[in-house]
Amino acid sequence: MNQEQIAEKLLDKFGLDVVQTAVTFLDQITVTVAKEKILEVCTFLKEDPELAFNFLSFVAGVDRYPKTPRFEMVYQLSSLTRRHRFRIKALVEESEPGSAIIDSVFSIWPTADWHERETAEMFGITFRNHPDPRKLLLPEEWTCHPLRKDFSLYGTDEDTPDLPHKAGSQGI
Amino acid sequence: MPEQVSLKDSSRSETIELNLGPHHPSTHGVFRAVVQLDGEMVVDIVPHLGYLHRGYEKTCENKTYHNVIPLAERCDYMGASSNSLCYCLTVEKMLDVEVPERAQVIRVIMAELSRIFSHLFWLGTHGHDVGAMTPLFYMLREREEIMNLFELTAGGRLMPNYLRIGGLIRDLEEGFVERVRAFTGHFDRRVDEYETLLTKNAIYMDRTKGIGILPLEDAIALGASGPMVRGSGLAWDIRKSEPYSGYEQYQFDVPVETGCDIYSRYLVRVAEMRQSNRILKQAVDKLPEGPIRASQPGVIFPPQEEIYTKMESLIHHFMLVVEGVKPPAGEYYQVIESPRGEMGCYIVSDGGAKPYRLKWRAPAFVNLETLARMAKGFFFADLIAILSSIDIVLAEVDR
Repeated sequence: MNQEQIAEKLLDKFGLDVVQTAVTFLDQITVTVAKEKILEVCTFLKEDPELAFNFLSFVAGVDRYPKTPRFEMVYQLSSLTRRHRFRIKALVEESEPGSAIIDSVFSIWPTADWHERETAEMFGITFRNHPDPRKLLLPEEWTCHPLRKDFSLYGTDEDTPDLPHKAGSQGI
Repeated sequence: MPEQVSLKDSSRSETIELNLGPHHPSTHGVFRAVVQLDGEMVVDIVPHLGYLHRGYEKTCENKTYHNVIPLAERCDYMGASSNSLCYCLTVEKMLDVEVPERAQVIRVIMAELSRIFSHLFWLGTHGHDVGAMTPLFYMLREREEIMNLFELTAGGRLMPNYLRIGGLIRDLEEGFVERVRAFTGHFDRRVDEYETLLTKNAIYMDRTKGIGILPLEDAIALGASGPMVRGSGLAWDIRKSEPYSGYEQYQFDVPVETGCDIYSRYLVRVAEMRQSNRILKQAVDKLPEGPIRASQPGVIFPPQEEIYTKMESLIHHFMLVVEGVKPPAGEYYQVIESPRGEMGCYIVSDGGAKPYRLKWRAPAFVNLETLARMAKGFFFADLIAILSSIDIVLAEVDR
């Protein structure tokens, strides 16, 4: 199936309430789906025999600060049997610190385990029902999220106490 | 005070926790795992990453597109040219740049030399991890030849930094093609030598056959790719399934083994070196004459000699250095078959001169997730062999 057919199939199945936008750039389409339905959509994408997205390449976050909703969760999928790829997104709002939450897709693709843990510590997004929500790369005591756009390249004394802090730096 | 245990009394009923790494010869850098042992059997293993973290993706988001290339090579210094190829392809797609034929063939040569380079070092250190020291000396011998080739054409030995958006930084040096021909001429015999050391070696077979089992279903569920998944029976190679840089024009096979164990992964990588050598022979035979860089004023750097003679070229060069390229707003994901599997670069552009978001899909990072699945139920000594069969590069795991 090509990208348009996959997007149409998603739209037929879930309707406009769930499939919110589809943006085409060159030969790739990015479909944005409702955050609340992410598990349902992912389950369908994996189990539908025509789609058969059995391989999750990665899960990643994108910070659109200061826009709202602030975060995008990106799921890059691949089907090793059907030999096609597709990308879906979900928008995640953070109305107050720590309120960015989305369901974990670990139960569908176990490889999401490390990807989601990395995204959680880098962006501060919580993955509901993640089986092992420990930090993966950063020190446990760090409270900051380095891939957020408002995180200074030089760190801060409070958030990154073990980094050499550059006095007077405005960061990025 | 804990109860003193008699050294003569070896009976224990509880499991023990043992730290493997971060400073251990087989952890290839700074990997640490907490291993739960019942006697010598691995009951559970919890990997702890996070000792190298350099903020690769954050740094990329604060560099112009051209400045990211050397950073990408440092992400996996064992397959450096593969990394820069993946990154350059992504940006070229976003800029709609067509790379000339000669540059594409040279890129294939560099990528396949990188694959052999990476597999050689893996094979040497893997042999070392299972107790065989001789292979490492053999592998370093051929690896040195490849490093000399990199040095000849690009200056750098480990990370050539030779690819550029739109082509290459410069054309091949005189004598490069002849030296590649000489290398490809004898390399198959060298691979025969490696196989003499290990393939039928009773100790090696005992230590690797039936050890570190990764069934295909689990490999796919855990996102494994490259030799990991081909050693579990799936003929999936991105050079065949989604060809790039003209790979569809080369004759080569995708080695597959069905043993799902360390030995299968070993056989796959050895066979892959032969196939890479086959591709190299075809590439040097078909290498066409012509430009090595696309010509797109304002997007691709003009040739150096033009900068001294043409005002327009000088202006374009100046603007590219000062402002950089600006791909249109959008997002793109490009994959290649790196020595370790599916390497992907996902770039979100906002139309500015720096990537708004750059996500690096590093195969070693994902492949390492399979460690716990493969190690449970085997001896601690097997764990070392299993870990080395993944072929991790820690710079890529903990980027």
